[in-house]
This record gives sequence, structure tokens and C-alpha cells, in this order.
Amino acid sequence: MKRYVATRAVTMFGVLMITLLITISLVGSNMDVILKQGIVFQVRAEITENPAIADSFSSVSEFEEFVQNQINQRYEILGLDEPWYSPQRVGFTMYKILLLDFGHATFLTSDAGSSDVKDIIFEKLPRTILLFTTATIIISIIGIFLGALSASKVGSIVDRLTSSFAIISSSFPVWWIGMLMIFLFSFTYQIFPARATPDIPPSDPGYILSLLYHMTLPLITIVMIGFGSWAYLVRNFMVGIMQEDFIMAKKTIGINQKKIVYSHALKNAAPPIVTILALSLSGSLGGAIITEAVFDWPGMGRLYFEAITVMDLPVIIGSTYILTVFFLIGIFIADLLYGYFDPRVRTGT
Amino acid sequence: MSSISPQEIKEEFFKSKMGLAGIAILGTLILISIITMIAIPVETFQQWNNPGNWISYPKVAVPIWVNFLNTEKIPEHSILESPNIQTNSNGEISLTSHQFGINFNYNDFPNDFIYLFSSEYVGSPLLQMSVIRPDGIKLELISMSLPHSNIKTIHSERIFSTDDVIKKNLSLQSDNFSFNLDRLSAEDIVFSKTQTNEPLKGNYIFSIDTYSIKSETRMIESKLIIGGKAFGIMGTDELRRDLAVGLLWGTPLALFIGLVVSIASVVAGLLYGVYAGYKGKKTDETMMRFNDVIYALPALPFLIILSVTISNSIFVMVGFLMIFGWVGIAKVARSMSLQIKTRGYVEAANMMGQKDSKIVLKHIIPQLLPYAFASIAISVPAAITTEAGLSFLGLGDPSFPTWGQILHDANTFGAASRGLWWWIMPPGVMIAITGLAFVFIGNALDAIVNPKLKR
Repeated sequence: MKRYVATRAVTMFGVLMITLLITISLVGSNMDVILKQGIVFQVRAEITENPAIADSFSSVSEFEEFVQNQINQRYEILGLDEPWYSPQRVGFTMYKILLLDFGHATFLTSDAGSSDVKDIIFEKLPRTILLFTTATIIISIIGIFLGALSASKVGSIVDRLTSSFAIISSSFPVWWIGMLMIFLFSFTYQIFPARATPDIPPSDPGYILSLLYHMTLPLITIVMIGFGSWAYLVRNFMVGIMQEDFIMAKKTIGINQKKIVYSHALKNAAPPIVTILALSLSGSLGGAIITEAVFDWPGMGRLYFEAITVMDLPVIIGSTYILTVFFLIGIFIADLLYGYFDPRVRTGT
Repeated sequence: MSSISPQEIKEEFFKSKMGLAGIAILGTLILISIITMIAIPVETFQQWNNPGNWISYPKVAVPIWVNFLNTEKIPEHSILESPNIQTNSNGEISLTSHQFGINFNYNDFPNDFIYLFSSEYVGSPLLQMSVIRPDGIKLELISMSLPHSNIKTIHSERIFSTDDVIKKNLSLQSDNFSFNLDRLSAEDIVFSKTQTNEPLKGNYIFSIDTYSIKSETRMIESKLIIGGKAFGIMGTDELRRDLAVGLLWGTPLALFIGLVVSIASVVAGLLYGVYAGYKGKKTDETMMRFNDVIYALPALPFLIILSVTISNSIFVMVGFLMIFGWVGIAKVARSMSLQIKTRGYVEAANMMGQKDSKIVLKHIIPQLLPYAFASIAISVPAAITTEAGLSFLGLGDPSFPTWGQILHDANTFGAASRGLWWWIMPPGVMIAITGLAFVFIGNALDAIVNPKLKR
């Protein structure tokens, strides 16, 4: 078991590093250009602010040379004289990111006004976790009960409804249902706000309540689209287990159906269900990008979307890193649970 | 994994209602695609993002079939292209008269009217535009001379109903109306009853007369647009685009994306997984480690970064989607091939000294084919929704707009909160129907391949 955990942990760390490396290599050249432009702008601004510098030069070319020298000096201090793909710079960037030092955002700021990427991300992250964790928990509760119910009465109306609902809902994009929900409940019947961003500042005592109110519509949408496939999944696991010999044996002894379904069968279906729960919790964070864009929910997903729209590279790198970390933690936990429940996995056959 | 012969699968499949429904929907979609590709040239469709191409269409017009459901008739947008032409030459002066008849039968005023022409002439002809209403009143709209030219020249112009001259001319004829015309726009006056400011139903004739001296004026193009609030079977969007064109062309695109991505990823995953499982030991270990790495990459953020930094061409995007598509299949294929590997005939083939590639291709892969077909069908909707999602975020290919992109535009222009249902509903319904067709087929196949779920 220890060896299994260790190999998984090493793999996960490796994946994290690879993700970072790919991200940096994809946006690196752009980042370099932006940083350099920033420095040129900064130097020029400083010189225009201080006319005495410009006056002290007799010719234009001399002045230009001085400006260029200043720019080059700063390049050297920041290590920009080397190309972005030099091992030193990539290594340094990765080291900084590992320590959660993402630098400053180019355009975006947090609600509190800070441009530090770390501040921005840690302000948005709890909201995403709030929305999607709540949704996942509700989905899994409904899903498990509905799944168990339909598994206990295979072929019944409940079973057929659940199965068909699962199949139909799985082919609808969540964000499109989101648009319909906004159309229905914000435009036609004005019950919920169309934008999920609360309109009062976070310092206000009513903020939490307002946030919860704004959360209702996205929450309903995510749950509505999600619970069908969960129920279907649980049902299929349960149907498989209900055909096992030990359940048959219990049936022949005469233990009542309800008890068999809810305690014996469900207990045996638990391992894959728990595993998938861990996976879908972390996976939902990635899916948050589009859903949050539709509902304008002020979380990580929308931040990511905004960062992509204005190409705010430090924010993109930071958010990708955080999303990957959460995703990997989810997979890691799922792996461990799977290995814990199913001994064949960890012995490696 | 019991082996089922293709014949059995076929029989079972045609017994399943769900499978048949899926095939029926898919057939319809393929038919739509073929008709679209023949009827609407790609060139037209590639002009989707070129506003100049859509200028004669109305803004956010509802589909015309809404008129069948409502008693209040919404004015339809009509583009009149074939006027009744009369030429009259009387000595020095020659007259060319173009007449457009329109049967106006709606309960609301049109949005505007535009006369669009290009003419070939010498000198400086005079152009007069007037309208004869159902009640017999003739209203002079505009009288203007075309720019002077000594040589033969071609002049194109658009006369808009918002033109100040038209407004002024109408106010000179305000005796016809018993209400104040000051704040009304030209179309609200022309199409109004004389007693009250309500639409007057009946036949209107717009006539455009061109008088020229000594030479004849030839109209090359002559078009009258009565700007309505309803257009086409699917309506138009904020940028005046005919949504029917976008929706129809979206069908072949979605099928292309979905099928190519899922077939390619399933084939790749199958070969990869089977090979790893068959080889075993170190090869299996390394290949599965690599698989784990791809599996653990967060797909959506990566797809976004890739499309922003590398290219958002639809073909490159298909490639990106494949990168993340094959992983799950490879895992399952590996575990299946681990089982099949131990069967007698595979070991026999191995002992006879057959090549690895031959064993994998001839003995193992055919066993997995039913599973492969089921997974192709099941993974199509995911590919389509992912691409739609990326397009929805505005990262799609602008030269081949998809349903996702139509929804992106709808979201950008706030269609949901403005109640523009015809802009939101159809693209999503199309995505869902396409997905549903494949889910049906996939589930029907899956039930045959994994009989345990059926019961």
C-alpha cells in the first residue's frame, strides 16, 4: 500500500510539473513580449515625467542611446536578456509558481483592488468551491437515492424515467440550459437575477445572503443537468451487484428487499461511487469555466475566462496551476480510495 | 466479454427502439447536411462574419411562422427585386418607371424602407419616388437629381426612409392626415390610416420614375426593401444574419467534428491500450504511466490555452480534442486485451511465431470491435458539446461558425435577458438532438455488448 501511494504521489507531482511546463511553453513567448513592452513603457514614462533628463542631452541619437541603455539594464536585472525558454528562466518561473508566487496581473484586479494574482485567485476560489461543491453534494444525494430506488425496481416507471432522463440530460450542454433558465426565470418570470454577481460590496453584512440568492439559479441548473447521469451510474452499479450470488443468497433467506438494497447492495456499490464522487468534485472545477461565464458567477471559472479574453498571462498561468492542483488532488484521492477498496489495484496485476 | 457475431449485433440492434430512433435522427441530420451543402454554397456561409453581406436583412427579426400562431400579424421583411418596368420616350425626354407592388397585411408598421439602385446614365437625370396607397392617396417621397456626368457613368445609391428629405416632403403633404406628423418616422406615416395613426392594410405601389434628357437611363439594379420585424424560417440576429443559414451549416460541421474526433480517438485508444496490454511488463508500465499523465491533465483549461495560443482553426481544434479523447478508451482496451491475451488461440498464435502486430490486429482487435463501435457513438456528444463550449467562449473558428458560436453571439448581445428566444433555442436544440442521436445508438449498442446492464 505504501509503495502504491508513493508511486501515485510521484506520478501526480510529475503531472503537475508537466502541466506547468506545457503552460509556460505555450504562453512563454507572449509573456516575454508583454513584459518587455511593459518595461519600455515604464522607462519612457519615467523620462517624460522628469524633463531634466531629456534636457541634459545635446542630440537625439545620444538620448535614444541612453533610453535603450536604461531598458537593457532593466532587462538584465529581470533576466529578460535570455530567451524565455532558457532552462534558468523556465526553472525559476516554475519554482516561483510552486511557491504560489504568480506575480502581478496585467489587467485584472481583485474586488478589493489588489493586482496580486494570488490575492485574486484566493478571493475567487471559495465562491467556485461553494457553488460546485454544494451542487455536487446535492447531485450525489439525489443520484444515490434515485439510483438505488430504480435498481430495486428494475423496469418500473421510476427506473425508466430515471434512465431516459439521464440519457436525455447528458446530451444537453449545461451552459445552454443555463441560458434558457436565465431566459425563463430572469426575463419571462422575474424571480432570479440574470447576473449572479451580487450587487453589494463584500464588506456588507447582507453579502452572504445576497450571494446565496444569486447562487440559486446556477445551482438549480447544475443539479438539474447533473443528477440524471449520477442516478443512472448508481443504478448500473447496483444492478450489477444485485445479480451477485451473495445478494441472491440473502434474498432466498428472506431478508426483505428494502434492507437488501439500501444496506447490503449500497454498501457494496460504495467504492466506485465514492471514487467517482471524488473525481467529479475535482472535475467540476474545470467545467466551471463555461457555466460561470453564462451566469456571471464571480468565481475561478469566470476569472479564467476574463483572463483569456484580455490575455492576462500571469492570471492564466496561476489559475491553470490552481485548477490542475485541485484536479490532481481529486484524482489522487480517487486513486487512493480505489486502491483501498480494491486490493487488486495496488498489487499491480 | 463474450464474443458476439456481427450478425447477432445487427439483429439485436434493430430490435431496440432506442437504437432505431437514434438511426432515424442521425439519418435526418445527414440528409439536412447533404441538402445544405448542395443548396447553400460554402462561400455564402463563410461570409457569416462579414456584416456587408447581410445589410439588406432586418435586425433581430422573429421567424415568419410566428405569424401563423398569432392573430396580431407582425410585418414580414420583404426584399422586392423584380419591379414592373415601363419606358416612355417623348421626344427629348425619356422616362423609365419602376413599380413595386406590395400587399401589406399586418398589424404593425414596418421598420423602415430602403430603395437600392444603381443606374447607368449620361448627364443628370431626375429621380422621383412616390407611393400610391390602398386608399388612392399618392404621396410624393423624394425628388432628386443624380450627380452630373458628361460621360457614361454608373451611380449606385441607397435611399433610406430615414432620409430628412422624405420626412420634409411628407410634412408638406400633411393635409391628408388628420393627426400631427411631427414626431412620426416616414414609414409610420406612409403606411398609416388617415384618421388615426394605425397601419392601413392593402396594396401599396411604390414607383420610381427617372427622367433623363436626350439619352436613356438604364437601371442595372433596382431593389426595394420593406424592413419588417419577421424574416425567414429561423429569424435573424442582432447583426442581421439569417439564422437559418448558420443553423443549417452547423449540422455538417457538428457531425464532422463529432465523428472525426470520436473515431480517431477510439481507434488510437484501442490500438494503444491493446498493444500495452498485450506486450505487458515494462512496455505496459511506461505506456500506462504516459496514459496517466494525459488523463490527469485538466482538459478544458488546456483546450482553451491551446486554441488561444496555437490556432483556432476548426481542423486544428479537432486534433486538440483527440489528444484528450483517447485516454479512457485506452484504459478499458488494455484491461480487455489482458483478458483476451490469456485465451488459447492467442497463445497458440503466439507459439506459432506470428508477429505481434499481426496477433494484435487479427486476433485481439476484432474481439473489441463491438465495444469500439459503442464507445465511438457514446463519445460523439462529448466532442460536440466540448467544441460548442469552446465556441461559446468565443474561441471557435470564425470562418466556420458552429452552433456554439451562434450561442456565443446570442450571449454577447444578451439575447436571454432580451427575450430573443429564436436566437437561443434552435442552436441548443440542434446540439441536443445531435447528441441524443448518438447517445441512443451508443446505448443500444452498449446494452447488446454489456448484457449485464439490460436485464
